[in-house]
Amino acid sequence: MSRQTRVLPGFGPALGLTLTWLSLIVLIPLASVFLRAANLSLSEFWAVVSAPRVVASYKLSFGMALGAAAINSLFGSMLAWCLVRYRFPGKRLIDALVDLPFALPTAVAGISLTALYAKTGWIGQILEPLGIQVAFKPAGVLVALVFIGLPFVVRTVQPVLEDLDVENEEAAICLGAGRWRTFRHVILPTILPALLTGFTLAFARAVGEYGSVIFIAGNIPMVSEITPLMIITKLEQFDYAGATAVGEVMLLISFALLLLINGLQAWAAKRTGRDR
Amino acid sequence: MAAISHRAGGDPAARFESRAATREAPWVKWTLIGVSLAFFALFLLMPLAAVFVEALRKGWETYIAAIVLPDTLSAIKLTLIAAGIAVPLNLVFGVAAAWAIAKFEFRGKHFLTALIDLPFSVSPVIAGLVYVLMFGAHGWFGPWLYEHDIKIIFAVPGIVLATVFVTFPFVARELIPLMQAQGRDEEEAAVVLGANGWRTLWHVTLPNIRWGLIYGVILCNARAMGEFGAVSVVSGHIRGETNTLPLHVEILYNEYQFAGAFAVASLLALLALVTLGIKTWVEYRAARTGQDDASS
Repeated sequence: MSRQTRVLPGFGPALGLTLTWLSLIVLIPLASVFLRAANLSLSEFWAVVSAPRVVASYKLSFGMALGAAAINSLFGSMLAWCLVRYRFPGKRLIDALVDLPFALPTAVAGISLTALYAKTGWIGQILEPLGIQVAFKPAGVLVALVFIGLPFVVRTVQPVLEDLDVENEEAAICLGAGRWRTFRHVILPTILPALLTGFTLAFARAVGEYGSVIFIAGNIPMVSEITPLMIITKLEQFDYAGATAVGEVMLLISFALLLLINGLQAWAAKRTGRDR
Repeated sequence: MAAISHRAGGDPAARFESRAATREAPWVKWTLIGVSLAFFALFLLMPLAAVFVEALRKGWETYIAAIVLPDTLSAIKLTLIAAGIAVPLNLVFGVAAAWAIAKFEFRGKHFLTALIDLPFSVSPVIAGLVYVLMFGAHGWFGPWLYEHDIKIIFAVPGIVLATVFVTFPFVARELIPLMQAQGRDEEEAAVVLGANGWRTLWHVTLPNIRWGLIYGVILCNARAMGEFGAVSVVSGHIRGETNTLPLHVEILYNEYQFAGAFAVASLLALLALVTLGIKTWVEYRAARTGQDDASS
């Protein structure tokens, strides 16, 4: 970009509007979280964020978010594979419906999943005789997080699969590799960065998710309370300092995940750029 | 949310199925399809179907009765108001941000793009919390707002703010890659031929980005109308006053009015289906017009 003559007008106003709006809506409010908790001393802060009930919520939130992201990585990439590689009836409809969790309000998903997995629900009444309980248990959190995370994996893996060079696979076959070996050594390494990006996106979303989880989780202290719920609970008790402290922990984790996602995407771009 | 979209049109699978080297044995193919579709049905189709089945469990009369309740109607109204303010604001912002980022070179551009995406990686509960800390009774501006008798938290302005926050990146992040891909030749030609900035934007840029614009707006709108966590924190749940549709669903559900809760929920599910329908149509149209608008 050596040519810096700006023929086009409007750079100043457009950038000014962008920066103003970004600061007012996002940056200043987010910064207030960190300035606010300054009135907690370090030991007070630590006492809040390491309280047993809060620690139990981290374990649940992060454990279940990891589990859901792993399940979605497996089935989501399988679904993406089928959508890209095979022709089968109903494919277009399924492709369109993959984005349902983006479009369906989380509260609706929450009550619907609860109805399905309750003892009298379609799925609950099958699982009940087997001694498996999902609704109002930690497993319910997992189910809700699988629901909201699925499109992240499908929609990051799908375009990479579509862009794969058929020639690479043909070369592998010519060199004597079977389909499975070709998949493991040719296809999987190419889609791996996208798969990891999808995994991280699904994980990041799952950690912060609230609406779909609170209905099905049962919200039992120490057992099935997620971290965002801890913030709500503290706010309802007018414990603003406590809510802010837990919020800071979550924000820092979100920032770390955001950096990771950006790094993964840069890696993905580099990897596909080199391979093609 | 890297690439929500994908390419539409044709049947790209034919490319793989027609060649021996990229074809699997039929049993492998149908096993993979079977497992994928079973997972899909279990986690996506059944929750969607359950909403409508539960909503109509007690018949159409109960369904209609739940929807014409004054509290439901006021929730619909508030949801429309919140989305009606948040979506246009983020639309104007999105076009401005995409204009600055896609058409010009400046330092810190990547950083700015990352900052715009920030609301996607923040928990909705935190989106609500930040406004409580700013404008709540004990917040930064709390005493000042109290003196001047302005209510933001537990009132409509707070709901609008929270909605703007969670839907902030939608339009911008659809438009930025699209406008970058289109470059600035056409706009520069218009300006050289004597058009001013507004005319160029209106007659050259906007027609070029129309599909991406519609795409971003409908996704933004779906999220604005369906947001739960962030709005829940700032709303205060005052019936008939500060309840949006998703919050109204929660209240009915917690009062064990399941048929009513699912009836209201089915409205939101219909909105989701309409959103997906328009989205698919936009992708199809964008692919047909030869533009790669809808995919980023």
